[in-house]
Amino acid sequence: MSNAAAVATGRPATTEMVRRLPEYLMIWVPLLLSAAHLISFSIWTIWISFTPSTLVPVTGWVGLRNYNAVLASRNWQIAFDNLLLFGIAFVLLSLVTGLLLAILLDQRIRGENVLRTIFLYPLAVSFVVTGTVWSWLLNPGIGIEKLVHDLGWTNFHFDWLVNRDMAIWTIVIAAIWQSSGFAMALFLAGLRSVDTDIVRAAQIDGAGPFRTYTRVILPTLWPITITVVVVQLQFAISAFDLVRALTNGGPGIATQLPALVVYDLMFQRSQLGRGAAAAVLMLLILLAVLLPYAAWRYVRRRQAAHA
Amino acid sequence: MRERSFVPSRILIYLAVTLFAAAYLAPLVVVVLNSLRTNEEIAQSSMIGWPQHWAWANYALAWSGFCVAETCTGIRPYMLNSALVTIPATIFSTLLGAVAGYAVSLWRFRGDNWIYGIVTLGLFLPQQMRLLPWTIVLRDIGLINTLSGLVLIHTIQGLSFTVLFCRNYYVAIPYELIRAARIDGAGFFRIFWRIILPLSAPILIVTVIWQFTHIWNEFLYGVTFTTGQQQPVTAALIALSAAVADIPQHGVQSAAVIIAALPTLLIYLFGGRYFVRGLTAGAVK
Repeated sequence: MSNAAAVATGRPATTEMVRRLPEYLMIWVPLLLSAAHLISFSIWTIWISFTPSTLVPVTGWVGLRNYNAVLASRNWQIAFDNLLLFGIAFVLLSLVTGLLLAILLDQRIRGENVLRTIFLYPLAVSFVVTGTVWSWLLNPGIGIEKLVHDLGWTNFHFDWLVNRDMAIWTIVIAAIWQSSGFAMALFLAGLRSVDTDIVRAAQIDGAGPFRTYTRVILPTLWPITITVVVVQLQFAISAFDLVRALTNGGPGIATQLPALVVYDLMFQRSQLGRGAAAAVLMLLILLAVLLPYAAWRYVRRRQAAHA
Repeated sequence: MRERSFVPSRILIYLAVTLFAAAYLAPLVVVVLNSLRTNEEIAQSSMIGWPQHWAWANYALAWSGFCVAETCTGIRPYMLNSALVTIPATIFSTLLGAVAGYAVSLWRFRGDNWIYGIVTLGLFLPQQMRLLPWTIVLRDIGLINTLSGLVLIHTIQGLSFTVLFCRNYYVAIPYELIRAARIDGAGFFRIFWRIILPLSAPILIVTVIWQFTHIWNEFLYGVTFTTGQQQPVTAALIALSAAVADIPQHGVQSAAVIIAALPTLLIYLFGGRYFVRGLTAGAVK
């Protein structure tokens, strides 16, 4: 096209290039900056993870020493165990909550818009705010436990925030409060897009409302379920702000998570090599979730193309 | 007959949604009420309670009075920092994203699918993978601990989302429209200005809301690349709770939390439809 225009006006190719320079700059500069920073920053961090860098990045090669050090540290081991527990509990509970809310909202109830606004507003709030507010509510000295004590039930105990074994569940609670609305929004969209012909056919076959739901409508939601799981896992793996505001990894290091370990190594202990190694480990955990998901989407798309 | 048999289950449904709604609203209600109670009142009872005297002074203190790490300016300067980062970064990333989204979807050029594919990888790459390189780059170009540095980061990183949103919206525009304009001799910018931009209002609103909310709420970069008086409000809130850990001022802190959350909450309330569209667009990449 551009060549044709150049020929038609009789302009040499170089002037044409100069004339279209603003266009090339506008297209390529932002895209190249974005792509280049993604690739080069990833390689850069991976490279640092193989160097003996501590306070400042240095050259040199230490092989897997940083990785071994991180993997052997109690900090990382606790963070990884917490991530497994937090990831699974948070994703399952927010799926259940989100699905339940979506099904309830799908019953042609009054005030659906208001309710949807209420269930989704936490998503507009920062994790810092969510974490701060829940750290007050769950603090036994000033929060729910104190309230119940003041009301007369002095035997009531709800001290998860300061209890080493239960503290991770406070993060689950706050995370579900913040983002189960996301699952609800996707499920509700899925429920609304179910083919009414299938539902009618099931009803003609004599299926009651409950059977129609469990046998006909819910099975159509599983692709959405997988998307919700992957997005929520992605959040769980990189969770930082929420923990920082709610427990700051404590009590002790009981609620440590990988993103906190990375930050701690890089900026508090000045162990850049190890911090980079921990960041790469986070990326590997993420890839363990995303690569199967990408493969699944690829297969589904091909099937859809053939069908 | 039929109607009557449905009544108990309808009541159960309404009961359930009411309970859920109460649980979702409770934290907000608690904080709003606390922001209007005096610190002493909260200290005597708990965080959960009805104000005995309406302590409006909390808001004045939170806005411009209390001290974070020896500077007694309230959260006003940090709110200003957040605005000075969020507003330019939102505008830049949205505009550049719209142009690039249009270029990869309708203008087309050699390598467009490749570069688009790489850019969207930014949706997945964890921030932790970019922390050290950004630190080094910002230091080398002299933008460490500046608001401009944060604008730069959020503009470049935001492109992954804005290009995706705009590209997915523009692919639905019939190519014939562009072809006709090209034959008439319209260039890249003229087509964008005359054809694409007038059609873009819905997606630009979605993108602006998404970017504003994310940048305003962002914490990790704010706390890593800025210190003291340069920090955005999310980082200042954390510094505040650390600073007052010995003598808690929960009334004032609650007011500060409300002020910090207000911009994104207001945007959500007025643009909820577009907010949700952004959420689902971001998920179904």
